[in-house]
Amino acid sequence: MAEAAAVPGGPLPHARESAVRRLLGNPRVVLGGAVLLFFALAAVFAPLLAPHDPVEQDLMLQYIPPAWSDRAEPGYLFGTDNLGRDILSRLLYGAQIALFVAVAAAAAAGLLGTVLGLLAGYLGGWVDAVISRLVEVWMAFPAVLLSIVLVAVMGTGLHSVIIAIAVIDWTRFCRVVRAETMAQKQQDYVASAVTVGLGRMHILWREILPNVLPLLIVLFTLEMGIAVIVEAILSYVNLSLASDFPTWGTMIADGRKYVNQAPWLMILPILCVIALVLALNALGDGLKDALDPVMRK
Amino acid sequence: MSWSFLLRRLLLAIPTLFGVAAIVFVLLRVVPGDPIAMLIGPGATDADIAELRRLYGLDESIALQFVYYLQDLAGGNFGTSISMRQDVMELVLGRLPVTIELCLVAMSVAIALGGAMALAGAYWRGRAGEAAVDGAAGFVLAIPDFLWALLFVLFVVVFALDGLPISGRIGHDVGFRGATGFLLIESLVRLRFDAFGSVLLHTVLPAFALALPLAAIIARVLKASIAEAMTQDYVLMARVKGFSRARIVCREALRNALVPTVTLTGVQFTFLVGGTVLVEKIFSYPGIGNMAIDAVINRDLPLIQGLVLTFAVLFIAVNLLVDMSYALLNPRMRHG
Repeated sequence: MAEAAAVPGGPLPHARESAVRRLLGNPRVVLGGAVLLFFALAAVFAPLLAPHDPVEQDLMLQYIPPAWSDRAEPGYLFGTDNLGRDILSRLLYGAQIALFVAVAAAAAAGLLGTVLGLLAGYLGGWVDAVISRLVEVWMAFPAVLLSIVLVAVMGTGLHSVIIAIAVIDWTRFCRVVRAETMAQKQQDYVASAVTVGLGRMHILWREILPNVLPLLIVLFTLEMGIAVIVEAILSYVNLSLASDFPTWGTMIADGRKYVNQAPWLMILPILCVIALVLALNALGDGLKDALDPVMRK
Repeated sequence: MSWSFLLRRLLLAIPTLFGVAAIVFVLLRVVPGDPIAMLIGPGATDADIAELRRLYGLDESIALQFVYYLQDLAGGNFGTSISMRQDVMELVLGRLPVTIELCLVAMSVAIALGGAMALAGAYWRGRAGEAAVDGAAGFVLAIPDFLWALLFVLFVVVFALDGLPISGRIGHDVGFRGATGFLLIESLVRLRFDAFGSVLLHTVLPAFALALPLAAIIARVLKASIAEAMTQDYVLMARVKGFSRARIVCREALRNALVPTVTLTGVQFTFLVGGTVLVEKIFSYPGIGNMAIDAVINRDLPLIQGLVLTFAVLFIAVNLLVDMSYALLNPRMRHG
């Protein structure tokens, strides 16, 4: 990987080709990617696919069980909830929110953690000492409690959820990127770049960063899984979005309240969260195997 | 283990606690919402509001409020809860035993379950048994405690397992009021087995939800450590002596695999304590985790501060316990 990226203009064509083949040959990448694609399509086409308005209430249609029950109504495949809202439609729009938060929060946490990790790993000295100490103090906080307090402070809303996840989880990126940067710094291509007389920042952003990128993709995928869970948690304690907005966490929270009358309210949103999280984990682990040159040997 | 080791660890906890107190304090003071707004009735005058602000010390500057807060803390005064109008220390201490008992049960479950999985995996090394243990650990680990708790609730409802309660800590029909909050221990000491059984049944599901991720980590790390220990000379020696495989795994290898396991899983125990926040909420379990969510929703600043500090103390205590067990298990550390 290091040799390939040191060539100006990026990896050679045959290297790129074999990387694609390696990815497609990994069952975890294929399976995780397929499930992720399924949810992404559901999210993108939610307005077309949803049979009903996800927030429309109709008290005449309360607690319709799903299609496999004998009291089911046609047109409501997965039934309705305590306010007569269509569960399938809510799940589809919920996928939009889950994936949006996952991508945005993982990107924000990744950006913050990567910049600090690169600087700490490459510059060393007091910069490294300050950043590493900060990471240690940060990780001493109970994450769930901190996220709940943060959102309570910032007020509910998607932006608060995204900021809270970024503020808490940048440490994951920072620690790994710092260690990887320190390892890359020892490589020959960095020594060559220094000899050629390239600036420190140039070496960091243009030489080292591209070599840390495969690792970042893996971390990003795993962080998306964490973000999906945190969003569900915050929705569950009613701190993510207004409760009539269809998020999986809100649906789970409603389901928990009425679990004795209507257990199906909870089953599908929980299964969606688990399926998406398992898919992202599998994809991340598979990518790690496929992209990591050390693991490949 | 020496007393100076303990003392040094306790002294190290003070700056950490100060940091936690400072961060939470500042964070909460920039809250846009006004906690006083919840207290006042519709007929309140401006003078009433000012009086309440003065009463809760909210009319001073943030720096001055923090100094007063630290002074109060040093004197053991954690302030008065705004939503419940009671002493924070009293409220927290009333609920703390509930969470401590839950965590202890969960940790025992995790150690027993994870240990059993690791031993099974090590015993059937390279066979279907090991693959099954690895698969189970991987699956369990992918799902966080929050979702396990919800899945348990669903299982109980869908399969009508009426014997397993999914909310509260003790049955309403059990006339047992403990003198302490440690119902599990107290009912046992007072030989009230009906109460003990009821509390234990209520604790099973939340404890398992908290325990599963930790059990999976213990299973993985302990199994790897045992495999490592199995390559050592003394294991070869034991084999030459003709000891059975079960005896070698359980007696020789396990003992030497414990130290790396405790070191590597230590931080996971604090995650278990943090997990009580949501798991208690899901099972309406009346501990400090449940109380923390209500406090945040009610914007009850003194109570949130007190609870976050309590959690920080619990984290530090768990870390201390882990370090102490590490010292006890490793003879070389005993005279550190």
